[in-house]
Amino acid sequence: MENIAIDAADEMFLLMGNEAVARGAIEAGIGVATAYPGSPSSEVLGSIAEVAKKMNIHAEWSVNEKVATEVAAGASFAGIRSISVMKQNGVNVAADFLVNLGMTGIGTGGMVIFVSDDPSSKSSNNEEDSRPIAKWMDMPLMEPSSAQEAKEMVKWAFEVSEKVNLVTIVRGVTRISYTKSNVILGELPKKKEQKAYFPYTWDMSNPTKSKLTSGPFPVLHRPLHEKMEKAKEIFEASPFNQYMGSKNPELLIITCGACTSYSIEAIEELKLEERVGILRLGTTWPLPEKLVAKHLNTTRKVLFVEEIDPFIERSVMELAASLLPATSHLTFYGKRSGHLTPYNEQSTDLVIGALTSILNIKYQPRDHKYDRKAEEVVKIVPPRPINLCPGCPHRATFWAIKNALTLDGRNGFLCGDIGCYSLGLSEGGFFQSRTMHAMGSGAGVANGLGNLRQFGFDQPVLAICGDSTFYHAVIPAVVNSVYNDSHFILIIADNGGTAMTGFQPHPGTGELATKDRARVIEMEALCRSIGAHVEVCDPFDLRNTTQTLLRLMKEDRGTKVVIMRHSCELIRAKREKRKPYKVSVDPERCAGDRCGCDRLCTRLFQCPGLVWDRENEKAAIDEALCVGCGLCVDICHQKALVKEATV
Amino acid sequence: MSVKTLNNDPFNLIICGVGGQGNVLLSAMVGTALLNEGFMVSVADTYGVTQRGGPVTSHIKISRKNVYTSVTLEGHADVILGMEPVETLRNLGLYGNPHVVTIVNPRPIYPIGGIPYPDLDEVKKAILKLSVQTKFVNATEEALKMGNPLYANIILLGSLVGSGFLPIHKESMIPILEERFKETLAPNLEAFNKGMELIQTQ
Repeated sequence: MENIAIDAADEMFLLMGNEAVARGAIEAGIGVATAYPGSPSSEVLGSIAEVAKKMNIHAEWSVNEKVATEVAAGASFAGIRSISVMKQNGVNVAADFLVNLGMTGIGTGGMVIFVSDDPSSKSSNNEEDSRPIAKWMDMPLMEPSSAQEAKEMVKWAFEVSEKVNLVTIVRGVTRISYTKSNVILGELPKKKEQKAYFPYTWDMSNPTKSKLTSGPFPVLHRPLHEKMEKAKEIFEASPFNQYMGSKNPELLIITCGACTSYSIEAIEELKLEERVGILRLGTTWPLPEKLVAKHLNTTRKVLFVEEIDPFIERSVMELAASLLPATSHLTFYGKRSGHLTPYNEQSTDLVIGALTSILNIKYQPRDHKYDRKAEEVVKIVPPRPINLCPGCPHRATFWAIKNALTLDGRNGFLCGDIGCYSLGLSEGGFFQSRTMHAMGSGAGVANGLGNLRQFGFDQPVLAICGDSTFYHAVIPAVVNSVYNDSHFILIIADNGGTAMTGFQPHPGTGELATKDRARVIEMEALCRSIGAHVEVCDPFDLRNTTQTLLRLMKEDRGTKVVIMRHSCELIRAKREKRKPYKVSVDPERCAGDRCGCDRLCTRLFQCPGLVWDRENEKAAIDEALCVGCGLCVDICHQKALVKEATV
Repeated sequence: MSVKTLNNDPFNLIICGVGGQGNVLLSAMVGTALLNEGFMVSVADTYGVTQRGGPVTSHIKISRKNVYTSVTLEGHADVILGMEPVETLRNLGLYGNPHVVTIVNPRPIYPIGGIPYPDLDEVKKAILKLSVQTKFVNATEEALKMGNPLYANIILLGSLVGSGFLPIHKESMIPILEERFKETLAPNLEAFNKGMELIQTQ
């Protein structure tokens, strides 16, 4: 949706869950919004930033999630409502601050964290469940089950936050964040003069009554638990917790989030409306125990449907244990019983599977004969690995790394990191990355490996990170390496934006979230000032890039930084709107399989634009995919790939 | 031509292809049109790293009663719009059933690394075997004639609207195109009309 701040209360629009979260925050009258981009959460801040000026909101892409949360807390301390947005990994980055914020409480402005988890790791390197942090750090937690509800819930989360003086977490999952559906808009906030002011009063004699902030934390721990009791009372009466079904269902599903839809649909599909009831929890921590206990009394079988960990399942079973023997009649089904899994995204089909198994009923999703035919016919469908886009500069970077490491010949390797170049783990990046963990961990791990010389370690160590990742979490690793005299080469694949999540700007781009100009924080200057040796290459100059890496590996000492600078093809194409070259295959020069190159261009180089022409048994260009970057011209030893400038 | 009632509720439309073909844009425009036609609709897309050259599927659920935040149930697709032939077949294998209808762009996108792609005629035959009605629309070829392969998805949008498989009127799609494209409206309208025309000649 183009204008998330449209003044159209009661009108219906097709909104992505993330846009609905943004709208909810705007309707709640936020003054500050912060985030670090991460799928599946990135579009929340992006949508707010587009209307930030009009709505007098300070919206920023923060350098990482910890800073994002601190910036939002600053606003709260001064009485301004704020939201901070991140994916599941981001919660870990923010955790150290959050545990302390829980103790002090927030200011007078409500503060909400929207975190989106990624079951099945569709765009992540893990499928961590972020909900346990709410339990761990004592924060009220809510889970919306649709885009409409995400909007309402975020709005309400600010009220809860202010009532209990704690950060409230709203947890989405990929399916909520990325599903577009009908959303009825609410009123925009009334314009009011907000004067931000930080009342930094602190009364040692009465810390629990003081508004802010630091202090003897043990004194604050008890009141924190009291706040959570208050949150529980609010949640007991929340309309976001609903029961659908008969008075005494044979089986009770307890569910939340996207799994609500899966449960409803499964019951409709199996026509179990009379037999199975659904208790859908919108507020999942602290558990509204009275409400849950009341429903446990109505049934003998309980099935938990949730993503990813058995979070509600454990809380409810703990509650049931505390209510014994009144709950001894219950049998519990879910992840613990093996009817559903504590990993992967759930679905209506999986809920149908659990229900048919527990209730011993038969279900056939489609006609038997068709099923057998489909099974037979689809055997010809080939796998389709994900890949770097045509024209991607990372392909050039990985090609140079692969060749340099091979030529060096000392079993050197690359430590990977998080971004499009995570594909260094797969065929698209020629399987060059040998490690991949958290943001910035490539440089950190390389730091450790590069400091093992006293144990006879003699392999060259390379690490890669993207430009946005560099600012997020790599700088401390560079400082550490220079300070502790480690030996490794950091490759910064600078493609001019946060490409993986939708081209968000960062401190190196000279642009703010609002598209206003920003001061450029130069990575070269920064690394040099730390004391690293810095060089800059264009990875499309394959020969020079390979030679630079080889030379630096031979020098074998200290912290070296090579910035591989070349624009992301998707950013370039948007800007220039035409192909730089017309690339073609010279059929006279391409000898096909007689060449001896083993189809270097169409098989090994992994560019989707290069295809094998079966009829002529030679390489060919797929006109629909080739973006005319011209990189492949330099890999063909027969010079059979030809480029012609388009201007 | 278009129907106002749904054979099934929810009615399942699948739009599938390869990352980079424009699934997300196409499914959003279809979803908006359906909303404007008065339906409850949910569009579940593939985002993130899977968009990078991998198989992508958008699940569009159309209903009179509910918004379902979920993907298509096994064997429950009503219409499949395939932007690529083997991706169409992949989705038919999972979501197809004896009443499913398909619209297919028969232009292959080969997987990387020299992974063998089956014979195109064999793929087409398999698609015909698994759908009660199939319409092939040479969208990429037509788009290349127009000078940009990216028009293929708007051609297919025209074909989808023109097919009458969905309760979407041309009149409700045009304003969506106008809002989305602004400066490049003319070629996109041309592509859309081309798609509407091509489906009629099938």
